[in-house]
Amino acid sequence: MTNVKSDRKNVVKKSVVVVIDYGMGNLHSVAKALEHVADEHTEVVVTSDPQIIDSADRVLLPGVGAIRDCIGEMHRTGLVPSIRKAMEEKPFLAICVGIQSLMSHSEENDGVACLDHFKGNALFFGSQHKDHDGSKLKVPHMGWNQVKQTIKHPLWENIPDQARFYFVHSFYVVPENKDEIAGTCDYGLEFCVALARDNVFAVQFHPEKSHKDGLQLYKNFLNWDGKPSL
Amino acid sequence: MGLAKRIIPCLDVDNGRVVKGVQFLDIRDAGDPVEVAKRYNEQGADEITFLDITASSDDRETTVHMVEAIASQVFIPLTVGGGIRTCEDIRRMLNAGADKVGINTAAVFNPEFVREAAQRFGSQCIVVAIDAKKVSDKGEPDKWEIFTHGGRKPTGLDAVEWAKKMVAYGAGEILLTSMDRDGTKNGFDLGLTRAISEAVHVPVIASGGVGNLDHLVDGVIEGKADAVLAASIFHFAEYSIQEAKERMMAAGIEMRMS
Repeated sequence: MTNVKSDRKNVVKKSVVVVIDYGMGNLHSVAKALEHVADEHTEVVVTSDPQIIDSADRVLLPGVGAIRDCIGEMHRTGLVPSIRKAMEEKPFLAICVGIQSLMSHSEENDGVACLDHFKGNALFFGSQHKDHDGSKLKVPHMGWNQVKQTIKHPLWENIPDQARFYFVHSFYVVPENKDEIAGTCDYGLEFCVALARDNVFAVQFHPEKSHKDGLQLYKNFLNWDGKPSL
Repeated sequence: MGLAKRIIPCLDVDNGRVVKGVQFLDIRDAGDPVEVAKRYNEQGADEITFLDITASSDDRETTVHMVEAIASQVFIPLTVGGGIRTCEDIRRMLNAGADKVGINTAAVFNPEFVREAAQRFGSQCIVVAIDAKKVSDKGEPDKWEIFTHGGRKPTGLDAVEWAKKMVAYGAGEILLTSMDRDGTKNGFDLGLTRAISEAVHVPVIASGGVGNLDHLVDGVIEGKADAVLAASIFHFAEYSIQEAKERMMAAGIEMRMS
């Protein structure tokens, strides 16, 4: 993990993956997991500098905490234009609250307008969430659940279908365009846990906490040219 | 098909060393938390919990470095508990790479701390640890009370009501320890576990008393726990995490098998 401000010369040579730091919590785990799978030609940079984000080869948008704070901090730090620009032109991965921030709207915190990259909403499981048989389900959805890969995608490469990933969340995304769904999970209902369109991929789970399959997804991201098919 | 129940090995750490005599045959430095965490990770642990029992605050710095070292090498969730009293304590642990922090005594003495912590860092990383003891006599309806100081000091707080209050204040998960069972190897207090798990909508981790693998099964099936925590049965290599998972799978419990 490098916080680059003055050391721009070294950055130019290597392939740079940026973890966007917009002030929402701990990025240590994300950066360490990326470094763990990065080869010697890849540099992992945690930054809030728009210029570094704009010149990066690929961009990861993390997210933790409440959506109002996340979106609020993205605007406050002035990073929204850089995030939008990255989503137009380079391999882009959003994780956890990051996926929710890309929707049109979230019902968390009495309703929050999000970045609207994917049409659709983030909805609450509800504190009375029930399983298919009527038994009570705990919220947040916390722990290891199986992910069904609904499309073939470079980011799913070498990851078995139905592999388990680590989740912690109370809200889930419902995209309007079902063709954008890349993976689903079952927790009382089948819901979307991965979205894909062009060079953008987004997941609800935490790859950096999902052991070898999570690390494989990060490895796939570092190898991804941004094209949606294999 | 669905969410797996979790097995969480717990390490008691004093001044950066695992205590309670961890005895892995093929680990030379048996007390090194990083080595122990890596071993549990390889065995398929779903999370790892550290309980920092360090007495002096100087030694806390050691714990921070230890969490950093583990979080750089072990890519599963880490919870750190023990001595978490301020938002600054939480911030340091999260920045070091912990995913969740356990708040115990500080919650009892200052419940508002839980609310403040959940608002600032999000409920997803706030685990409230509850130490409870049965206080009802035989024939009376079951009743459990919160105790502090390793089960020595009663607080007058009803355990079920306290759990509900902590969730209302923003706890994202409850780590429930039966002080009657802790260290006995007689199994969880299943009545307590079930009462709390049914009273709250957040996940409950059962702790205290595991002596064999059937106890883990009972904790989930009868106690309705979402996760089971154990120390000594794994430390002393009586059972591996993999064996525990196989036993739970055989009992029909959804597990993550690696």
